[in-house]
Amino acid sequence: MSHADRPVQSVRWAGPDDRTVIVEAAGEIDLRCSAAFQQALLEPLEKNPQRMIVDLAQVTYMDSSGVASLVKLLSRVRRGKIELKLASLTPRVRSVFEITRLDTVFEICATVQEALGS
Amino acid sequence: MAAPEFPNAAIRLTIASTPAHLAVVRATLERLGELIGLSDTARGEVVLAVDEALTNVIRHAYHGAADQPIEVTFQPTRNADGARALEITLRDWGERAEPAKIKARDLDDVRPGGLGVHIMQRCMDTVQYAPAPERGTFLTMVKTL
Repeated sequence: MSHADRPVQSVRWAGPDDRTVIVEAAGEIDLRCSAAFQQALLEPLEKNPQRMIVDLAQVTYMDSSGVASLVKLLSRVRRGKIELKLASLTPRVRSVFEITRLDTVFEICATVQEALGS
Repeated sequence: MAAPEFPNAAIRLTIASTPAHLAVVRATLERLGELIGLSDTARGEVVLAVDEALTNVIRHAYHGAADQPIEVTFQPTRNADGARALEITLRDWGERAEPAKIKARDLDDVRPGGLGVHIMQRCMDTVQYAPAPERGTFLTMVKTL
C-alpha cells in the first residue's frame, strides 16, 4: 500500500494520561489523498485529546488540498479547545504555509520533541 | 568549459484528469527544472503552481471526471528581457474558465480551500487564461529563471 492510499502512517498517544495524540503523516499529499488525510486527522478527535501533534517529517510534498485538510482540523480543534501543533516540516512543505501565510496561523515546531516540550 | 546548452525543446504530456496523474506531471517538471537550471526554491514554486492549476482543471473544468484529457506543455524560452524562462501551458476541453471571476481570496479569511489561485499568482511571474477554440481553456504561466 502506497503513501497515497494511506497518508497517515501512525497514530500514537503520549504524555501524562495519554492525552496527547501524535499523528505521523507521510508521502505526497495532494488531491489524490487529501480526503483520506483529512479523515485520518479528524478521527483521533473522537477520543478527546488535550493536545494534537501532526508530524510532517515524512511528507515530501503538500498542495493546497492538503493544507485545507489541516485548516479544517484547526477549526475543529479550536471548537474543542484542543491544542494543535505541526512539527518537522520539510522546507518544501513549510514554503506552502509561508506562501499562504498560514505559518502565522498554525503553531509550527521544529521537531516533535519540541512540540511535546513546549 | 563552456556553459551547458540551454535545452529549448518543448516537452508535451497528455494526461487524464485523474488526481493519480498529478504526481507524474510533478516528477517530470522537477527533472526538467533541474535540467534547465531552476533553483530548488523555484522548482518547488513551479511544481506547486502547476499542481494547483491542474487541480483546478480537474475540479472546475471537468467537475471531477477522471477520464478527460489535459495537455501540458513545458517550453523553455526567454522572456522579453532575454532572460531564461519556463513557459507552461495547460489546455483542457472542459467548462471554460472565466478570467474575470478568477480571483485570489483574502488570506486573512482562514478557511479550507480557495488558495490555489493565490498560490499560482504568487509562485509564477505571469498567469494568463485564454479561451480555447470551440471549448476549454488555455492557461499559460511563465517563470523566469
